[in-house]
Amino acid sequence: MSVRFADLPRRLVSLTIDGRAVRVPEGTTLLEACRQEGIDTPTLCYVETLTPVNVCRVCVVEVEGARALVPACSRRAEAGMVVHTDSERVRLSRRMVLELLASSVDLSLAAPEVRAWMQRYGADASRMGPAAAPDGHHRDQAHPGHHRVGDGARAETVAQPVKVDNENYVRDYSRCILCYKCVGACGTDAQNTFAIAVAGRGFEARISTEHAVPLPDSACVYCGNCIAVCPTGALMFRSEHEMRQAGTWDESRQTVTTTICPYCGVGCNLELHVQDNTIVKVTSPLDHDVTRGNLCVKGRFGFEFVQRRTREG
Amino acid sequence: MASGRTTAAERAAVDAVLGPPSSGWTGGGRDRLDGHVAFGGRSARERRRWLLPALHAVQDRLGWISPGALDYICTRLTIPPAEAYAVVSFYALFATEPQAPVVVHLCDDIACRCQGAEALCAAAEARFGPAGGTGAGDGITWVRSPCLGQCERGPAALIQSAAQAGAAPWSAAVAPATLEGIAAGLAAGAPGPPPVGPLPPQAVDGATDRLRLLRRTGRVDPGQLDSYRAHGGYQALRRAIELGPQGVIQELKASGLVGRGGAAFPTAVKWEAVAANPVRPHYAVCNGDESEPGTFKDRVLMEQDPFAVVEALTIMGFACGAEQGHCYVRGEYPLAIARLRHAIDRARDRGLLGSDVMGHGFRFDIEVHRGAGAYIAGEETALFNSAEGKRAEPRNKPPFPAQAGLFGQPTVINNVETLLNVLEVLEQGGAAYAATGTPGSAGTRLFCVSGCVDRPGLYEFEFGATLRQVLDAAGGVRAGRPLRTVLLGGAAGSFVGPDQLDLPLTFEGARAAGATLGSGVVMVFDDGVDLTDIVRRIARFFRDESCGQCVPCRVGTVRQEELLTRIATGRARGSTADELALLTDLGAAMRDASICGLGQTASTAVESAARLGLIATGGGGGGS
Ligand SMILES: Cc1cc2nc3c(=O)[nH]c(=O)nc-3n(C[C@H](O)[C@H](O)[C@H](O)COP(=O)(O)O)c2cc1C
Ligand code: SF4
Ligand code: SF4
Ligand code: SF4
Ligand code: FES
Ligand code: FES
Repeated sequence: MSVRFADLPRRLVSLTIDGRAVRVPEGTTLLEACRQEGIDTPTLCYVETLTPVNVCRVCVVEVEGARALVPACSRRAEAGMVVHTDSERVRLSRRMVLELLASSVDLSLAAPEVRAWMQRYGADASRMGPAAAPDGHHRDQAHPGHHRVGDGARAETVAQPVKVDNENYVRDYSRCILCYKCVGACGTDAQNTFAIAVAGRGFEARISTEHAVPLPDSACVYCGNCIAVCPTGALMFRSEHEMRQAGTWDESRQTVTTTICPYCGVGCNLELHVQDNTIVKVTSPLDHDVTRGNLCVKGRFGFEFVQRRTREG
Repeated sequence: MASGRTTAAERAAVDAVLGPPSSGWTGGGRDRLDGHVAFGGRSARERRRWLLPALHAVQDRLGWISPGALDYICTRLTIPPAEAYAVVSFYALFATEPQAPVVVHLCDDIACRCQGAEALCAAAEARFGPAGGTGAGDGITWVRSPCLGQCERGPAALIQSAAQAGAAPWSAAVAPATLEGIAAGLAAGAPGPPPVGPLPPQAVDGATDRLRLLRRTGRVDPGQLDSYRAHGGYQALRRAIELGPQGVIQELKASGLVGRGGAAFPTAVKWEAVAANPVRPHYAVCNGDESEPGTFKDRVLMEQDPFAVVEALTIMGFACGAEQGHCYVRGEYPLAIARLRHAIDRARDRGLLGSDVMGHGFRFDIEVHRGAGAYIAGEETALFNSAEGKRAEPRNKPPFPAQAGLFGQPTVINNVETLLNVLEVLEQGGAAYAATGTPGSAGTRLFCVSGCVDRPGLYEFEFGATLRQVLDAAGGVRAGRPLRTVLLGGAAGSFVGPDQLDLPLTFEGARAAGATLGSGVVMVFDDGVDLTDIVRRIARFFRDESCGQCVPCRVGTVRQEELLTRIATGRARGSTADELALLTDLGAAMRDASICGLGQTASTAVESAARLGLIATGGGGGGS
């Protein structure tokens, strides 16, 4: 979604997708064209509110004449393109991307669609072998271009301890698929704080503050806009994390109340997730004109004041 | 966590590159109106490109980049610290933890493995302790390195010495390397570059008259512009000025020249697209990142014939309408960087660069960028990012460089060897050039011959020579042993068997055989080499050099290495056939779904080795 003040009429381009003749406005991505045709296309690193980074490669499609597959999320439709979204090559690449991710990252809190895609493409992460135990090797200190070679019997993963270093949210990078969404949200796509970036390279690439300092020592302003876009639960309200640890997190007992943030005059929409009469997390709708899912620290985490029953001295 | 305090030495190192801070905003004293003025926006963004030079300055002077040093650089350049850390932690030649002031990088890559690299690593371990130590005793540590581009004289070493006790920082290659040689290098300190470097063997006796690209190397003095002119230098630029930009491109078209950097793309097509692009400014870029294992040709050209690179880049700027040229050289080539910078200064002194090139009214200058240890920075769009002060992550294409390249502007980029061919095209004329070689492959080609041959070196042949002819020129397999296989095109290329000796080494010949000439690597393995070990080293290379952006390559290269380790150590999961089926699936996804050529070719050599039956299963092949 993008905010346009005047929609100028755009030229239409004609292309073929899975044998169907399709006409879309110039500039439309193949993903949008597929969606218009009702063709379900998996995506992990794409979200309407952020600039596409096309890194996960789960959305790849085959364009006749192109040597390699192309990412549907960022490739624009061109006149005369002949696109296949379910060819043997597409199915294999999507399956492998899902297998590679599932064998290296904890996807248990990813959106339910992910499991559905894994089924659709027959992805079986166990082909890569049993997951290796975290080896005490600190990913945050990995020197680029050097890694320890294991014996290959177990599949290396990104497993590591959860980073709990502030009151507001936790970072469980064992769940991180490196989709770059949080970096985009913290950077020019929304927050412009630049507290986090992708450090290191290769399999040791990781989301990090400078020198991996704890969040309170970084530039982070706790807007939580990174949490809002994280697709795998790697970034999570501390309240949710603690309830999950305690086994008390239960979405079936939660209600969501939409309201407007009382702190300032911008009028951001808030969705208060309430369990047992306590606010357990706050989100904002992605498709809302004012916030596009983004909030500031007051709207996102200021709820503590609402439910504080005693006044501390 | 170390404290974020910046030391005086760190400040001085940064200020030496960036000049003293001009205001409180960028780390200077807070006087005047500084409390009320911000220096952000565009001027801040334009400073970003100084990030790598500033990091190099600190790394050179202090031996590592401390939080305090990074902080100061960020203040000077208005870069968010997390982003700067993201950049430092990407490049292998930068350290974010304290390390020994002297780091000896020992190449343990595929060509050097045939020259005793492992024995040298073992000796280094015995002498200096485990790799990557703090150098507690004598301030020296050693680390393993991918190919250092010195394969014709392996095993290779690169010494990186931070400033110590008043001595300036320096860095130099030692090849072939022995512990004694390294010790001697360290004792001598910064080596003065020899005026004319030792030359690798080039061609069979008496055939030097056939040399085109190499005709000056070893004969011309790389430090003297007059020597270059005496060897015919700057005639091509004169000719280019006569022809005019359009005329140069017409000659290139007629020549049929295609790129030598690996992709074999027609050079004239790129030049024409940039020349015709109405968006200004344009940039002309020379790709001297050369990190493909087994490749050393561009190093020889840049070290031995730097003025030729400067002249060719000037012609590129003239023809494509660029006033600024950039030459990106891998950080492991200190001598090439020094000689190019020297050549640029001399050319500028003599009006061959600057605001009025050759008195002909066009403006052109060249900046040399020093890489910092990343193979992926040779991919053209990753190179642009690196030169802009960012992580060397390849960009998605389209847009192509001719539309949006360096700093988002129309950019023409060529490999060093391609650029030297441009001089030939102009001197001989496009049509005459096209008549050399074969109909599908015009001109001559440099072959980087290494491994188990009698005379490893750089050999120039007119296109059409067969693999056998190239091998014969290099004296054949050393000690008369039987040939087992040849790796063509580097780690991103493929293995061919001894039955392919009559393969013509042309673009069309390689293509027909399902191989590639790539960067001109011809690496020879005899029957004594543990090829499983070689193939595992290739897999390790790609796993280490993946930028990590996209899933197929980031995780696929890990799984590929794990799989080969299992096969090599006799722990195949299921049957070997099951493992090979998984290898095929991994290869297909990496080839089809990766963003760039690194992931797309990361399985090519491995799969070709499997097809040739070069990968042995069993308990052997321990490797590292
Ligand atoms: C992983 C990777 C590494 C590369 N490294 C180099 C290199 O070191 N030098 C080079 O000239 N081209 C390299 N290339 C090719 C460049 O992207 C580009 O095609 C080349 O610079 C174009 O020049 P040419 O047309 O003269 O060959 C690399 C490509 C990939 C995918
Ligand atoms: S909470 Fe906001 S400021 Fe902090 S890292 Fe996330 S997006 Fe950046
Ligand atoms: S933390 Fe979440 S949003 Fe950020 S890269 Fe990882 S998975 Fe994506
Ligand atoms: S293929 Fe590999 S090197 Fe290229 S962009 Fe993807 S992860 Fe980076
Ligand atoms: S959704 Fe297209 S590459 Fe990730
Ligand atoms: S220098 Fe060692 S393999 Fe090239």
